[in-house]
Amino acid sequence: MMGGRDTDVVLLDKDGLRCDGRRIDQTRRVEIKAGVLKNAHGSAYIEFGDNKILAGVFGPRDVHPKHLSDTDTGILRCRYHMSPFSVSDRKNPAPSRREIEISKVIKEALEPALMLEQFPRTVVDVFMEILQADGGSRCAALAAASVALADAGIPMRDMVSACAAGKVADTIVLDVNNEEDQAGQADMPVGYMPNLDRVTLIQLDGVLTPDEYGLCMRTAIDGCRQVYEVQKRALADKYFTGGEDGGRERTASMGGRVVGA
Amino acid sequence: MHRTIIDDLKRSRIFKLADDGRRQDGRGMDEPRRLRIETGVVPKAEGSARVFLGDTEVVAGVKVKPDRPFPDVGDRGIFICTAEVLPLAHQDVETGPPQPPVIELARVVDRGIRESGMVDLKQLVLAPNKSVIGVFVDNSVIDVDGNLFDACSYASTAALLTARIPKWEYRDDAPARVEGQTMPAPITTVPVSVTMAKVNGQIMVDPTQDEWTAMEARVTITTNSDGNICALQKGGPSGFTYDELERCGRLSVSIGARVRETIKKAAPPADGGEGGGCCGGHGGEDSCGGSGGQGQPQPQPYVQPGPYGSGP
Repeated sequence: MMGGRDTDVVLLDKDGLRCDGRRIDQTRRVEIKAGVLKNAHGSAYIEFGDNKILAGVFGPRDVHPKHLSDTDTGILRCRYHMSPFSVSDRKNPAPSRREIEISKVIKEALEPALMLEQFPRTVVDVFMEILQADGGSRCAALAAASVALADAGIPMRDMVSACAAGKVADTIVLDVNNEEDQAGQADMPVGYMPNLDRVTLIQLDGVLTPDEYGLCMRTAIDGCRQVYEVQKRALADKYFTGGEDGGRERTASMGGRVVGA
Repeated sequence: MHRTIIDDLKRSRIFKLADDGRRQDGRGMDEPRRLRIETGVVPKAEGSARVFLGDTEVVAGVKVKPDRPFPDVGDRGIFICTAEVLPLAHQDVETGPPQPPVIELARVVDRGIRESGMVDLKQLVLAPNKSVIGVFVDNSVIDVDGNLFDACSYASTAALLTARIPKWEYRDDAPARVEGQTMPAPITTVPVSVTMAKVNGQIMVDPTQDEWTAMEARVTITTNSDGNICALQKGGPSGFTYDELERCGRLSVSIGARVRETIKKAAPPADGGEGGGCCGGHGGEDSCGGSGGQGQPQPQPYVQPGPYGSGP
C-alpha cells in the first residue's frame, strides 16, 4: 500500500465493506437543517458523519473596512473556523493557516453561484463554525454555507453541493471518513453546482493514476448530487412544511440529551 | 453601531414598563428566562453542553490534556475557561481579536467557576511541580439575546458536570495515557451565576438584549451549592445602592438554587442509559475505534455519579 500510514484497521473487508460498514459508493449520514439561528440573516446546521457544523450568513450589507468594497459588484467573505473542542487535542482558537486556506477555497467555491453583481458596494459574510470535526469538514461546511446563503434569500445561479472521494485500500471510495483519511492513500474534496455542471472546489492530497483521477472525480460528483438532494430538502422543510411554526423551530437537537421546557 | 429611532423607542418603552414593574416579554422582574440545556452535543469533547437562555444560545466544550503546572502552584491542576462570541451570532460581531466586553465575559465566567472551587484542582496533579492535568472549557456564543454571562456560565458548568477526564500516569518523567480509563471531573460544588440589570432604577433578573442595551448598570453574582456567594462583577456606567446590592445578593441565592436544580438535572450523576448523546443514527464508526488517531477518546456514556458537593 502506498502513501497510507500503517494501521491495524481493515479499511475494506472481503465483502467490500468499509471500516464503518459503508459500501464504497455510500456517503455517511447527512442531515441539514435550515434557519437554525435567530440573528443571522440565513443559517444552516449540518451533521455529516461526525461533523457538526453551523453556518451563518449576514448581508448584503455595508463593507467595513470601506476600502474592500467594489463599486461594480458585491463581495463575499468566508470564515471557516474550528471550535477549540471540535477535535481530540484542544485547538488554539486563533485561525490557523489551514483554516485561512480553507476559508479562501470555500469562498471561491461559493462565488460562482452568487449573483453579487446585483449588490455593488456591499458584502455578504459567511461564517462556518466547526463544532465537531470529522473527515471532510470543508465539504460539509461548504454544503451548509450554500443552504445558509439560500436561506438568507441571496440570489443564486445554483446551489453548491460538496462531497469528497478518495483512495482507500487501492480502491476509489466516496466520502472518506477520518480513519480512512489518516490511513488512506488519497483524498479529493469536491464542490459542485449540479444544475450548471461546474466544479467550483477541488483539491487532492495523495497519489492517483490518471484513470483513478477520473473515477475519483466522477465518484465525488455523484456524492455531491446526493448531498444536493439533502440540501434541497432542508430548504423545503423550512419553507414548505412544518406545522404551525412553519418549520421554524430553531432549537433542533444536536443529538444530545435535553433538559428544560 | 449607532442608535436608531427604534432603539430609542424600545428604550423608552422598557423604562415605562419598568415604572409599573413590568417587562417587554411579560416576565416578572425577578424571573429568569426559559433555560434549556442539551448535554453531550460534541462527543469528541470530554464534556459538552448547549444552553438556550431565552434566545441566547451557547455551546461549551471541555478539553483535557496534561500540562506543566504554574510555577507558584505546583500542587494544583490547571483550569482555564474562555468565551468567544462567534461572528455568526450577531451582525455586529467582528472577526479578529476579542473586544473588551468579550474579554470581560470570559474572565467573569472563568472567575465564577474558579472561585467557587468547582473543580478540585488538587486531584489533577500527576507529579507535583512537574506535571498536572489541564482542564479547558471553551464557550462559543452562537446566538445573542443578552446576558451572555449566565448562558456561558451554565453551559460551562453543565459541560464540566458531564465531563469524563481521561486517566494519565506519570512514568519515566512524562505523563502517559492509561488507555480506556476515564473518571468524572473532580467536582466539589455547582456554581451558578445570576445577572441582574438596573433599568430605570428597577432590578431586572436575566436581561434580554433590549434590556441590556437600556440598562444603567448590571451585576453578576455567582453562588455555590451551599448558597454562599463566591464571585461578583459589577458593570455598566451607573451604580448601585447598598440596599440594591444586598437585594441582588439575596436574589442570586434564591434564583441560583432553582437554576442549579435544572443544571443538575441536565448534567446528572447518570446511572447509565441516558446521556452520552452521541450523534444518533449511523452506527459503524465504532468499529474503527482504537485505530489511527492516537488518544482519540471515544465518547463515553455518563455511567458514574459525579461527586457533587452538598446540594441545598
